[in-house]
Amino acid sequence: MAINARKPYPSQPVDGIERYHGNQLVYLSWDRHLIFAAPFITCVLPGLRFGEFVDTVLAPLIAADPDAAVIDWTKAQWLKANQPFAPDFARSLADNGIGHKDQLRLQTPWLNTVCGGAAG
Amino acid sequence: MDMKVQKAKLGLKERYRLMTRDLGWTPSYQPPEALFPYAGYEGIVIHDWEKWEDPFRLTMDAYWKYQAEKDRKFYAIIDAQAQNNGHLNITDARYLSALKIFLQAISPGEYAAHKGFARVGREFPGVGTQVACQMQAIDELRHAQTQIHALSNYNRYYNGFHAFIQQRDRIWYNSVPRSFFDDAMSGGPFEFIIAIGFSFEYVLTNLLFVPFMSGAAYNGDMATVTFGFSAQSDEARHMTLGLECIKFVLEQDPRNVPIVQRWLDKWFWRGLRLLSLVGTMMDYMLPKRVMSWAEAWDIYGEDNGGALFRDLARYGIRPPAGWADAGKARDHISHQFMLALYQWSFGTAFHGWIPSDDDMDWLSAKYPDTFDRYYRPRWMHFRKLAEAGTPFRNVGLAKLCQTCQFPCVFTEADDPTLLCHRELEREGHRYHFCSDHCQTIFEHEPEKYVQAWLPMNQLFQGTSGGGGIENWMKWVNLVDGQDNGDFEGSQDQRNFAAWKGQSTTNAR
Ligand SMILES: [Fe+2]
Ligand SMILES: [Fe+2]
Ligand SMILES: [Zn+2]
Repeated sequence: MAINARKPYPSQPVDGIERYHGNQLVYLSWDRHLIFAAPFITCVLPGLRFGEFVDTVLAPLIAADPDAAVIDWTKAQWLKANQPFAPDFARSLADNGIGHKDQLRLQTPWLNTVCGGAAG
Repeated sequence: MDMKVQKAKLGLKERYRLMTRDLGWTPSYQPPEALFPYAGYEGIVIHDWEKWEDPFRLTMDAYWKYQAEKDRKFYAIIDAQAQNNGHLNITDARYLSALKIFLQAISPGEYAAHKGFARVGREFPGVGTQVACQMQAIDELRHAQTQIHALSNYNRYYNGFHAFIQQRDRIWYNSVPRSFFDDAMSGGPFEFIIAIGFSFEYVLTNLLFVPFMSGAAYNGDMATVTFGFSAQSDEARHMTLGLECIKFVLEQDPRNVPIVQRWLDKWFWRGLRLLSLVGTMMDYMLPKRVMSWAEAWDIYGEDNGGALFRDLARYGIRPPAGWADAGKARDHISHQFMLALYQWSFGTAFHGWIPSDDDMDWLSAKYPDTFDRYYRPRWMHFRKLAEAGTPFRNVGLAKLCQTCQFPCVFTEADDPTLLCHRELEREGHRYHFCSDHCQTIFEHEPEKYVQAWLPMNQLFQGTSGGGGIENWMKWVNLVDGQDNGDFEGSQDQRNFAAWKGQSTTNAR
């Protein structure tokens, strides 16, 4: 569908990567760990190694959840754009194909202390 | 002037004709399309504007008299309250958070509604419609003014009220109501009146005003009760206008039905998102509660709305697409918001807090299927952290929905343990949504929503004060340590206790 307008309606997104001074946005969620109310928005260099991204960006964000300290990163599962994704920790975000405004979801189905509830 | 005086008293019907319909004329040297260039482009077909019915038959002269009288009463009461320390009569200073959200988010919406109705009052070709919209434009301006005046007394004593104008434009959560009204105002006149006049005023306003005003009365906030009463008769007229408008449009031509249906789908969902904040006020922010959001939804949403859409079915209109999902979210939404507001309270110009045991028991009783199972454990965890001296602060910023601009705090309609993730790619750019319905709204008019100015994203671009949280706080006029943070230990809490003590005991 296209917008209904009386005249041509030129419009530009205001969120292009060129506005982030060399950085890019990456969204991060930890599925079923709902003490964090929403996915995080992070702003990082595309050249950052994925392992470093996990250690320096993701880990501090999720540290308040008691499960964070015991995540086994070799077993962690990931989604990107809601599809299964296998990141290479030794390579950069860019080399892993993680682009501007991509959404990553971390899944650790064996862990859920606070929000375990019945659904696990 | 040397004119013969007309007979002194005109009949109601005659006066209505002279003061409304008779004010119009048929243009002779311009085609109607040049006079009313916005009336046709949305695809709505109107054959006969004379079919427009105005059930109130209110004329401008009577309107002025009536409103002036209401204003006179309103300001007399507001003055009296200010002189009688009305700011100390509230049940507890926690209540102020609800008022701060109202002033920052809703009162500017009244002003936006004023601008919108002034515009559509010019853009609609029918005279009856023009006059009704002009009256509503003046009403909405008056609502904004009376609310600001009523709450200004609190601003003399408490934090978080002082910068609502700047915060309306700049603080992250206010981009939700702002984008709501900007979206409506950048639509055509028919979309605007279906959005605000029908979907918001008719379908949803009762969810806002009834619980909010009774909440104010329960909690000793006479200032709010006063502006609520002063607006009540206006709102009755607005609801009637909204309903008249949708029926008129649907009766004029069957081609209007699918267009109106899409607007209903869109604006019901946008309005519901906006009003979910009210649920949080009702369930968490009123020290003395009136009813739960779930109960309000059952009465004003489910029952009233259900009847309305059964009535509209004869035109071929069905309930809005998000109706069922709205019902599913009923028992979750207020908890999800309050948990969010608590953990982000460093960035809000009002206070958050952890509910007390009494509060939580009330919530369990009102939400027997959800509170103990999903939400109490999170609050208990937060309390444990607070008691250990390490209160939980979410140090991350939130992903926002491209359409409604809320942080994506919403869970899947059928799985309250999983946040809803929706995204799409368009022309090489990626966009994210809080729900299927927000995604659908985007897909209908992507050109509009790709321009969304998302506050969190802007913060990282360095446009909001120059980068960094400190600059951002200055830019949004948020006084760190006063306006924001936990209610426990706040200046508002201390001052209220001290002043209240002075007024009820001999302590000095
Ligand atoms: Fe209003
Ligand atoms: Fe209104
Ligand atoms: Zn949304």
